[in-house]
Parts: sequence; C-alpha cells; structure tokens
Amino acid sequence: MEALLAVAIGILYAASLYLMLRRSVVKLILGLSLFGHASNLLILTSGKLLKGRPPLIGDDAHALFGEPAVDYADPIPPALILTAIVIGFAILAFSAVLVKRTVQEVGTDDMDQMNNTDLEAAS
Amino acid sequence: MNALLMAPVLIPIFTAMLCIALWKWRYAQRCVSIVGAFALLGASASLLISIDTMPELNGVFATQLGGWEAPFGITFVADRFAAIMVTLAGLVGACTVVYSVGAIDKKRESAGYHALVQALLASVCGAFLTGDIFNMYVWFEIMLMSSFVLLTLGGERGQLEGALKYVALNLLSSSIFLAGIGLLYGLTGTLNMADLSVKLAALNETDTKVVSALSLLFMVGFGIKAATFPFFFWLPASYHTPPSVISALFGGLLTKVGVYALVRTFTLLFVGNYAFTHTLFLWIAGFTMLAGVLGAIAQKDVRRILSFTIVSHIGNMIMGLGIFGVAMHRASITTGVESEVLRGAGLFALAGTVFYALHHIVVKTNVFFITGIIEKMRGTTQLAKLGGLYHQRPFLSSLFFISAMSLAGIPVLSGFWSKLTLVRAGLQAETYAIVGVSLGVSVLTMYILTRIWAQAFWAPIPEDDPEQGGVARDNENREPNPRGFAWMMSPVVVLTGLTLALGLGASHTFALTMRAAEQLAGNESYISTVLGAPEPDPRRLVEFHDPIESELHAQIDDHLESGGH
Amino acid sequence: MNSLILQTTTRMLMPLMLLFSVVVLMRGHSDPGGGFVGGLIVAAAFALYGMANGPEALKKLLPINLQSFIGCGLLLAFCAGLPSLVMGGGFMESQWGSVMIPGLGDEPLHVGTPVFFDIGVYFVVIGVVTLFFQSLAER
Repeated sequence: MEALLAVAIGILYAASLYLMLRRSVVKLILGLSLFGHASNLLILTSGKLLKGRPPLIGDDAHALFGEPAVDYADPIPPALILTAIVIGFAILAFSAVLVKRTVQEVGTDDMDQMNNTDLEAAS
Repeated sequence: MNALLMAPVLIPIFTAMLCIALWKWRYAQRCVSIVGAFALLGASASLLISIDTMPELNGVFATQLGGWEAPFGITFVADRFAAIMVTLAGLVGACTVVYSVGAIDKKRESAGYHALVQALLASVCGAFLTGDIFNMYVWFEIMLMSSFVLLTLGGERGQLEGALKYVALNLLSSSIFLAGIGLLYGLTGTLNMADLSVKLAALNETDTKVVSALSLLFMVGFGIKAATFPFFFWLPASYHTPPSVISALFGGLLTKVGVYALVRTFTLLFVGNYAFTHTLFLWIAGFTMLAGVLGAIAQKDVRRILSFTIVSHIGNMIMGLGIFGVAMHRASITTGVESEVLRGAGLFALAGTVFYALHHIVVKTNVFFITGIIEKMRGTTQLAKLGGLYHQRPFLSSLFFISAMSLAGIPVLSGFWSKLTLVRAGLQAETYAIVGVSLGVSVLTMYILTRIWAQAFWAPIPEDDPEQGGVARDNENREPNPRGFAWMMSPVVVLTGLTLALGLGASHTFALTMRAAEQLAGNESYISTVLGAPEPDPRRLVEFHDPIESELHAQIDDHLESGGH
Repeated sequence: MNSLILQTTTRMLMPLMLLFSVVVLMRGHSDPGGGFVGGLIVAAAFALYGMANGPEALKKLLPINLQSFIGCGLLLAFCAGLPSLVMGGGFMESQWGSVMIPGLGDEPLHVGTPVFFDIGVYFVVIGVVTLFFQSLAER
C-alpha cells in the first residue's frame, strides 16, 4: 500500500511540476493546487497506514507507544490534512479570482505576454 | 503572565475582528486600528521587558493553549529572540497604522485595509511565538492570505502581475514546508518543536542522515519566504507595486518571518549536521548578498532599488546563521582554547543575525516610508525625474540620509554595529570568503545609497524634456496636504530616532542580542520550559565568558566615548 | 425565478430549516453537529429564499450589514476564549458551569464557553455563505 501511494505521490508531484512549468497562468494555479494535494497525501503516508483500526486506545493500554504494544490509527495526520485542505481551498479560491482579474486586465493568460514587473521598462 | 504572552496575538486578532464588525464606518475602523496597534506595541514591549529581566523566568516563558499539555497541545513560547521580534512587529505595526492615515486612499481603506493589516500583524506575531511546527504553518498561511489581499488591494495592473509571482512562489513554499512537516512527523511522531528537538537528537545515525535531507525541504520552504538566493525573484517583482506603506510593512516584517523561521529551525531542530547544512547557508548567503546588490545597481527607481537591497540584507542575516553553524562544527572537532574561541564566534554570529534583523526592520520600514512621502510629493520615484529634494525639504532629506547611511553601515549608526559583529564573528570562525563578500557588498550598498542621495536629493531638479512631458516641473510644487503630511512624518521621525538610539546605545542592544543568541545556541532552557522537564545539567547553563567578547564590549564602549565628545 | 411551487415550498421549509439549524447547533458539543453545520443550514435556507423570491427580496429580508454580522460572530467566538485567560489558564481552555432553569425539569443546564464559541462560528458561517450567495446572485 505504501509503495502504491508513494508512486501516486510521485506522479502527482511530477504532474504538478509539469503544469507549473507551462506558460499559462491557469495551469500554473492548477499545478500549485495539485502540489498541495501531493503534500497532503505525503502526510497521510508518513503516518502509519493501518486498515480498520480505531484512532483511540483501549482501557487496558497504558501508553500510546511501547508496552503493551498498541495498534491504533494515528488521528493526527488526517487532522493536519483537514487543516491544510481548508487553507488550501481558501487560497485556491483567492488565486482563481486573482487569475480572473489578471486575465481581464492584461487580456491574455500567457505568462510571456505579461509585462515583466521586474524590468525597468514596465509599469 | 499567560495573558501577557498571548496578548501580542490576541490584540491584533481582536482589532481585526472589530474592524470587520465596523465595516461601514471607515473612521471608526481607523481609530480602532490605531488604538489596537499601540496596545500591541505596549503589550509586546512589556513582554520583552519581563522575559528579559524577570530572573525566575530564566528568559523563556511558555503557555499551553486550551490547557492541553505539551507535547500534545499547541504551545506558545517566548524566548528573548521571539520577544524581540514581536516587539519590532508591534513597533512596525503602530508606525504603519499611523502613517497610513495620511497615505492610504479612501477606496483601499473602505475595502478592509485596517482589518487586513491587523490580521497580518496577528499572524506575524503568531509565527514568532508559536512552539508548534504545524501551528507555524497555519500562521504562515494566514500571513500569506492577508498579504495577498493587501498586495492586490486596488487592483492595478502592475499589482496584479506582481502578485501573481508572489502568490505562485509563496504557495509553492508553503506546500514544500507542509511536505517537510509531514515527513518530520512520520519520523518522530511529534509536532512540538521542543519535543522534536529532543527526539531528533536521539535518532540513530541513518535517520540523522534522513533528517539532513529533510532539513533541505525546510531550507527551501523558508528560503522562498525569506527571499534567499535561488528563490528571491518574487520579491523585487512584487514589493514595489503596492502603495509605499504596504511595501514598508512587507519589506520590514514579512521577509524577517522567513529569516526567523530559518534561525529557529536551524538552531533548535536541525543541528545534527552543522557541517553540511550551515555550510550550505554560507553559500546561499553569499549569493543572496551578491544577487541583491547587483540587481539594485541595475535599477533606476528608488522603490525597486530598495526592494533589491532587501534581498542583499537578508543575505547578511543568513550569513550569521551559517557562520554560527560552521563555528559550532569546528568547535566540536577541536579542543581546548581553540574550541572555546570558535564557540564564542558562533554566539557572536547569532547575535549579529539578531542585531541585523532588529536594525533592518526599523531602517527598511523607515526608508520605504520616506519614499512614500517623496512619491506623494512628486508623483514618481524614478531617479531621473527626482532631484532637488534637499532644497525643498531639508529635514526630511536629513532623515533619509541617516537611515540610508545606517543601511549602508556607517559607524555609530545601528547598521555598522550589526555588520561589525557579523564580520568579527566571521573572522574568528575563519570563514574569510564570506566576510570578503559581505564587505564588498557593503561597499556596493554604500554606492547605491549615495547614488540615490546624489540624484534624488542633491542634483538639481531635472529640466523639462519632451519625453517626460514636463512632469517634473509640474510636480515640483505639489505639496501634500499638511495634516496628512504630519501623520506621515511622525513615524519617520520616531523610526529615525530609534535607528540613532540603537546605534548610540549599541552596547545595550548588543548585550540584549547576545543574551538572545546564548538562548538560541543552548536550547536547554527553551526545551525544559516547554516540556516542563527538570532543569538539565547546570554546568551546561553556565554563562559563557570569552575574552574576545569582553574585548569587543570594551571596544564598543571606547568608540562611543570617543565618538560622543 | 418565478415559480409558485418553489415559493410556496420555501415558505413552509424556511421556518423548519431555521429551527432545525438551532437544534443542530445546540446538540453539537457531544453529538454530530455544531456551529459550522448549523450555520450552513441557515445559509441554505436564505439561499432558497433568494432563489425563490429573487436577491432583492433576500436583501429586504436581511436589512443588516453582513460584514458587520460576520465581525460580531468572530468577536463572540473570540471572547469565548478569554475567561480562562483571565483566570490564569491557557487561551481557549473550556470553562463549564451549570444553571437551573425553572420549568425545564430537575436537571441543571450545562453552559460553557464552547457553546459561545460555537454560536460565534454559527454567525460567521451564516454571514460568509450568505454573502457569497448574495454577491454571486448579483452578478
């Protein structure tokens, strides 16, 4: 399962980098959002992947780790991912509006056509 | 004390919420914002004073949010470094809010400007004070969100294009940071930074190598935020586009949050492989300084020049961190006096970084403020179209002169002492190459700032030529309204006074940064305060006395005495 | 949209949705539910009203400034964290008390700071989502 997820994460990262390297602004934003998803999946994988375990430990266990060994699903990675997804969604919404405004203002979504704000000739 | 530690975060959050509640009443928002910013300044200053002076605190104080004990809950910690940074955030916040009364237009103000500034201040303070790595990510995101909106507020074409670069690179850096957190959690099973520090130190050799690789993710993530060498392009592309007051807030505070995060993580968490990570920092620092200063030389607009110099100054701060690590590494493989001297050099370098950040926040905010006033007066910041400012406004010009010289590192001003500390540390640690680069860059910075001075302030007002359509002439007599001007001038006067005070009282400033550096270098008090563990071996807490340090103290005092009369 | 069926249904559904949202809000501490979900239900009710009777009618129904409403909700949620701080605990540490309300039986009513936090969230979500809907409907 870990191997499968690792490959999936790799594909997601690769796809997002490819999208980011395109000249279109819309693809750039899509790439960034994919990059975030890949990171979320990475967090999920880096916690233990267990099937059908509760996130709580029984009364007989004295500690989360150590003796007696407890097999439980770690609830922290999903909690982190939930937070990251919510934040990522908000930022994605903002970037969508930003792209829309930029395309309206500039008239193209091609990065090469845009004025280069770091050059002196611009503005 | 719990309340005092939380106040720097809670006050701006409360102010931001109040500003949203008063959405329709622009003047009420403005008043609330000013009161809130000064309350923040007061709270953060008293936090710094109590952290620094109360002996029973040992320089660190921690509180657990919601009463959940560390390492399970979210911890807020203030050590001296964090308290210094929070105080500066309060100072910049108060100055910005006062300045914006005269500088910000009606449209932006009624679109939630004050709420955004307060949210930004809250998130910056939160990032400084949090003791939990994931919570730091959350504060970073809040900071990004409010800075995105501040940057695009007004929706001019240049702003949107600049913001696109800013948004893209900062989003990327957040995702990289998040991936780093995930892997770190997978390795250690904790997110509390003090606990992470303990757990990372106890890892076996293979895992330590993994951690070295992992630390690169943090280096890149925070490096993008701090605008270090290969990732700095977004900063000069975007910082000059919004109104000057927003540039001042960003240039003064935001990049420093990246530097703070780098210093925090690379003195507390990733200290297992100094030779690799911190040598890398030296390379990054050198290239950052060079890239920033060379970029600045090529520019012909005051705000663009200043944006590029931010990059080169960030390089100086990173250099301190690099020298610290390299000195610590060499100290660990040598013995006796040599090892002690190197350890002293490491402390010195960290103190230099803290001093530099302190100085740079004050001065950079100030020069952006002054540029904003110039822009209000002349309608442009192009060097070729400016001129004659000294005749028109001698007082403002002398304030700019002081700040610019401080930025360049002229003796007696704050910039000189911070650079001196760094150079001194570099020489002791025998990292000559980086010291050479730093000195060369200082000369070039000096050149850039004197060029601004000569062209914008001393040169005569440029003659009309058809290309400019007589803009310069028309603008000569454009005076901002006197009340707005007074609002804009007062923070400039205060910040310039502070630059002078930091420089003239360098022995006190230096002593404070040295105490902060001692805490950063030896993490025992931080960890034991957060985790509530018994005090570790007292021998390791004994203050470090090194002959060269006291010598520099003496030299600074001598210099002040001879310079003062 | 001018549909008699939708308008009539909305007139019947809306009070039920508002009532149900309060139930969801109040049971939220120990059962599924809470301020977020409750707020969404209210916002859905407003959206339904807006769709049936037009955005103008919705504006007339809500004569308040939604931004200020969001701000008040935020302030309420924020203030729920303060009592424990004043008492020397950590920020957002829950404080519980119980009050006897005559006519509600012998069981005391447990009231704590999380309730006020949830109500604050409820207001914020109502405000934000309704604001989304309004600005989209006006396009």
